[in-house]
Amino acid sequence: MKIFGIQIPMMASLILWAIVWEIVGQLELSILLPPFSHILIRMVEIVPTATFMNALWITAKCFLIGTAIAIVVGIPIGVLMGRSIVIDRMLLPWVNMFLSAPLTALVPVLMTLFGFGTKTIILTTVLFAIWIIVLDARAGVKNITPSLVDMTKSFQANFWQAFTKVYVWAAMPEILAGIRLGCIRSIKGVIIGQLLVSVVGFGRLFELYSANFLMEHMWALLFVLFFFAFLIAEGLGVLERKFEYYAASRN
Amino acid sequence: MSAAAEAVSNTTPIAVEVDQVTKIYPGGVEALNDMTIQFPKGELTSLLGPSGCGKTTLLKIIAGLLKPTSGTVKVNGVDVTGPGKERAFVFQDFALMPWASVIRNAAFGLELQGMNKTEREAIAGKYIDIVGLKGYENLYPHELSGGMRQRVGLARALAVNAEVLLMDEPFSAVDEQTRRKFQEDILEVVDDEQKTFIFVTHSIEEAVYVSQSIALLLPRPSRVSEIIRPDIRRDISPDAIRRDPVYLDIVERIWQGLRTYVE
Repeated sequence: MKIFGIQIPMMASLILWAIVWEIVGQLELSILLPPFSHILIRMVEIVPTATFMNALWITAKCFLIGTAIAIVVGIPIGVLMGRSIVIDRMLLPWVNMFLSAPLTALVPVLMTLFGFGTKTIILTTVLFAIWIIVLDARAGVKNITPSLVDMTKSFQANFWQAFTKVYVWAAMPEILAGIRLGCIRSIKGVIIGQLLVSVVGFGRLFELYSANFLMEHMWALLFVLFFFAFLIAEGLGVLERKFEYYAASRN
Repeated sequence: MSAAAEAVSNTTPIAVEVDQVTKIYPGGVEALNDMTIQFPKGELTSLLGPSGCGKTTLLKIIAGLLKPTSGTVKVNGVDVTGPGKERAFVFQDFALMPWASVIRNAAFGLELQGMNKTEREAIAGKYIDIVGLKGYENLYPHELSGGMRQRVGLARALAVNAEVLLMDEPFSAVDEQTRRKFQEDILEVVDDEQKTFIFVTHSIEEAVYVSQSIALLLPRPSRVSEIIRPDIRRDISPDAIRRDPVYLDIVERIWQGLRTYVE
């Protein structure tokens, strides 16, 4: 973006908003909005603490395990749905339903089944992430050029070879998009899971801060989480663009 | 089989035999109607005809990629039930894997057969050389021109050493100058490889130039209207062939036969 011929950096508007926030915060209009500078100071204060690091570790662990399960299970299901009409007919209604369902409502059910621990959080993460990964892998496989499928058949690839050597690769741009969107949903899942379980990780911290009206802590924690979410999404975006060249050359 | 057809098969061995093949697509579109045709061994036969005459459908049925509604296809006397080792396909849009290098693409048929990497890349390398792509082994398809991509497609089909090569309008997505060069090269490959080529094209000049025989297909209902053997001189230069009166006469004759079918 350019204003009066001067190149404005991408994130410049954020600085503007931070200033507005600071002013509003200094006016002490609401306990909910502490000054921005106070939040930053609090962030530096709480991030190195053992409680925070422990919460971060639990979150990272649940996020990684949950996302990994969603990817490893989701991609093959999506590819199978893309290749087989029968499987597609059987699973698609469920996938679509879960994609738009209010999954948060399911977490209490998971809690009664799997207890108040990391297991429930991991499962919540999987539940949030997997459906979009399935749908995108399916869309990718459906987009494979028919002649590439014919090529695979005409050189007599068996089912496993076709799957691992051609279909997954041909669908890779969509699969990566699915993984990126899945990761974003994973982050939601891992936080919502912890909030509802509320005895471990960030869930416990949120509970602690909000119960004691520690708004600066609360915001500091949120900013750290937003930052990580942004970092993950952007990192995957970069990876995705690396594969874009062949999405264009597929057809 | 008729007596005349019997006589033909006694003189030149038949590689591919299409017997009363009918293909009706779901939805009722009739692509082929009771088609019978034979392809002699070691020759390049073109399937030439206007769009809608079922030439690509016929090629895909021979490849085993489509099932005929009725009728049979035999390759070396054996019924075709699906794709097989003795047939290899060259695709109109190349069908290369964009994520794989030239050498991996060319070796892909062998890779699927389970041949080890050194062995298959040695064979693929040889054919990459034959199609004129030596030095391009480690490039990726998006770094090649259309003509070069199709050379990779041809190398892949040659590498599996199939007896029958099925080519579906292989040069239609290639620009005119490249196509001419490619046509000259394909003649050399036909001479050197002693394989049976079935070549689908809608270009009369191309069919006359590269073929030992041309099956002229006509639509509505689809049928083989004529088999033409363009006995043009092959001992003269490619440019001389394109000016040869015999060549031009055959092109003209085919055009007269086809023009009523072109809107």
